[in-house]
Amino acid sequence: MEFSIYRFNPDTDSAPYMQSFTLPDDQIEPGMMLLDALLLLKTKDDSLGFRRSCQHGVCGSDGMNVNGTNGLACIMPLANLKAPVVLRPFPGMPVIRDLIVDMDNFYRQYREAEPWLINDSPEPEVERLQTPEDRDRLDGLYECILCGCCSASCPSYWWNPDRFLGPAALLQAARFIEDSRDQATEHRLERLDDAYRLYRCHGIMNCTQVCPKGLNPSKAISDIRRTMIKRSV
Amino acid sequence: MKLTTRKFDALIIGAGGAGLRAALQLSNGDARVAVVSKVFPTRSHTVAAQGGVNAALANVLPDSWHWHMFDTIKGSDYLGDQDAIEYMCRAAPKVVYELEHFGVPFSRLDDGGIYQRAFGGQSQNFGKEQAARTCAAADRTGHAILHSLYQQNLRARTHFFDEYFAIDLIKDEAGYVLGVVAFEILSGEPIVIEAKTTLIATGGAGQIFRTNTNSLSNTGDGMAMALRAGVPLEDMEFVQFHPTGIAGRGMLITEGVRGEGGFLINSEDERFMERYAPQAKDLASRDVVSRAIAIEVREGRGCGRNKDHVLLDMRHLGADMIMKKLPGIREMSMTFLGVDPIEKPIPVFPTCHYSMGGIPTNRDGQVVVPVKDTPEDPVPGLYAAGEAACVSVHGANRLGGNSLLDILVFGRAAANHILEFLKDNRYHRPLPQGSVDQALERLSRWERKGDGEAVEPLRQELRKVMEDHCGVFRTAEVMQEGVDKLRVLRERIANAVIRDHSQTFNTARIEAMELENLMDCAMATMCSALGREESRGAHSRVDFPERDDERWLKHSLYSLLDDSMDYKPVRTQPVSVESFPPKKRVY
Repeated sequence: MEFSIYRFNPDTDSAPYMQSFTLPDDQIEPGMMLLDALLLLKTKDDSLGFRRSCQHGVCGSDGMNVNGTNGLACIMPLANLKAPVVLRPFPGMPVIRDLIVDMDNFYRQYREAEPWLINDSPEPEVERLQTPEDRDRLDGLYECILCGCCSASCPSYWWNPDRFLGPAALLQAARFIEDSRDQATEHRLERLDDAYRLYRCHGIMNCTQVCPKGLNPSKAISDIRRTMIKRSV
Repeated sequence: MKLTTRKFDALIIGAGGAGLRAALQLSNGDARVAVVSKVFPTRSHTVAAQGGVNAALANVLPDSWHWHMFDTIKGSDYLGDQDAIEYMCRAAPKVVYELEHFGVPFSRLDDGGIYQRAFGGQSQNFGKEQAARTCAAADRTGHAILHSLYQQNLRARTHFFDEYFAIDLIKDEAGYVLGVVAFEILSGEPIVIEAKTTLIATGGAGQIFRTNTNSLSNTGDGMAMALRAGVPLEDMEFVQFHPTGIAGRGMLITEGVRGEGGFLINSEDERFMERYAPQAKDLASRDVVSRAIAIEVREGRGCGRNKDHVLLDMRHLGADMIMKKLPGIREMSMTFLGVDPIEKPIPVFPTCHYSMGGIPTNRDGQVVVPVKDTPEDPVPGLYAAGEAACVSVHGANRLGGNSLLDILVFGRAAANHILEFLKDNRYHRPLPQGSVDQALERLSRWERKGDGEAVEPLRQELRKVMEDHCGVFRTAEVMQEGVDKLRVLRERIANAVIRDHSQTFNTARIEAMELENLMDCAMATMCSALGREESRGAHSRVDFPERDDERWLKHSLYSLLDDSMDYKPVRTQPVSVESFPPKKRVY
């Protein structure tokens, strides 16, 4: 199987280039994932750089651009990929080396969303109660693994990475706005009520299409907007 | 070369649940705390925990911390330290309520309380009816906890060194641990992080086995750092094989599946656990279930073309229940097997999952070592918590749901003790340059060029040796051979080279240094297993099939120096209740 992989090592390369790799067919086993293939290619060239850890789609380390679409290498079956498989780092994020991108801005935006529960009532000695229905409203919001596939596929994010929070951070904002235990909804909405932070989303929906966890940031964003509008009337 | 130096009150190595729980306690306690992690915090392996965290909340069925304590001691095959176990079980409800207040999205019961499910080895009334003690956020409890803890640390403004690799501890002549030498993965630049206290929270070493449920980053870095600093490792022979890893691949399928009513079947469609554990059946302790599966397969009742696995059946639970309570399992099964568990059972086989052993600590999280006649003398300034540590609350076999509990209770306890230690140790001690140089030597060793074996094939060989020579069933002969093979591997690793010598995000160098750590942990495991001539918990000796309390009711201590073994007594006295004396273990 043929691969074409983006290479750039700032220590030695003046410019990035695409390098061809071949994985012999006898090394390919049924059920193999793209990450398995990358790990095998790395045994031939230990300078090939990519992040990885859990190998089953929960840690969010190995996001990359595969044949033009962002995804997690560890849960992409090799059998579903068209060869030559073209691997690039996330678009719209600065490249550190090969498939490794600098995610500092992505994490900064996550912090901007103030992704922590705010509840200033006296703490009970037991759990705060939450009805199963209220808890259900967090499904589809809390499972985000911060892989970055969504934000790195969003044209609005590519264009305004400094001011638009991007789908991942906005999904977090929605997760806390929706949480019946959180008391800072007003504060959260006020912080988002800005031409860029929230409203740069143009509903392109790339985020929802690529999310490897099947989440829907696009819907979360429109839900925030709806809440905002309701609040203003 | 001028080294960058940073100074903190407390340093935490590792940003999983134990490290982040400790960091939060310290930040809230106004200590200057730094967390060093080789991966971004939410990528730590706690994120993969599925089923839940044990606490006797009694939200679903009657419960008490005392029953939890009994189950944990019995589960440990009586090797757990009863003072630490009492402490943990008593603290459990409090730490779970704290988590809820931190924002963890626990699943809920109709009355709004935290949802609890049944898990293996749990009982009411000291061994009677099944209990429901495991607090869950669907089957993504670890993810929910790790993310909430990280978020709370952001709120508390904890200082993070993300993607920094810790090389070795800094230790002075008087035995104080004074921080760590690390390097920034991005730039390759070394850094000295001085700290009055250092907490090792680097998790387990599951990668020493070929088939495992662990992240690739679980390479026992902190355990190996402790060994190199002269600290022995405790009870490393006790490695938990989780009964239900995806056959052939190793990914974890939570015990929660059986807790919710799923069961195991062999090729004859028989619920075979009824034979091995008439009362608890599929919810017997993990060591019991793993052995039963291995025996079924060995005796020819395995499933599939190669008759090399059994099946986990949850079809009878129904689509609604599976999608509500086990959505992550369904997703994983469909991704990796193309099997929807609503329609078909999942092929499973025991897989290396958890290190019961680790860095010896007391229940305040202080690292303790034998000095002359004292088996447990604290190393000043050094703490450990979580899977990297051995308190020991898990003894010879850990109960499902007790590892998330362990990291929370002892991460918090260690932080509380650190705050006390800081009151009496207000100033940084002088930096011992020799210790710093030694650590830097470990880094520069990989600059060596020329001929030599590559790292990855050596890693594969190491994992194969462990699987072949130190698996579920063990004998002296096979393990002695294993030790010999590991010794040869150790020499070969010392002469290995990497081809990539660049500074920017050099993953080859990280993998090489991880391999050195894996090597030390593997040797500790094999030597400890060879030493223990009995069968207890997860350690099954074919040549010594019985538990031997007279000779072996004691903890193993492996030291790097000459690969030597030492032993220390089990703490059989709890803090406030009566001791549970060893009894025959039946489920």
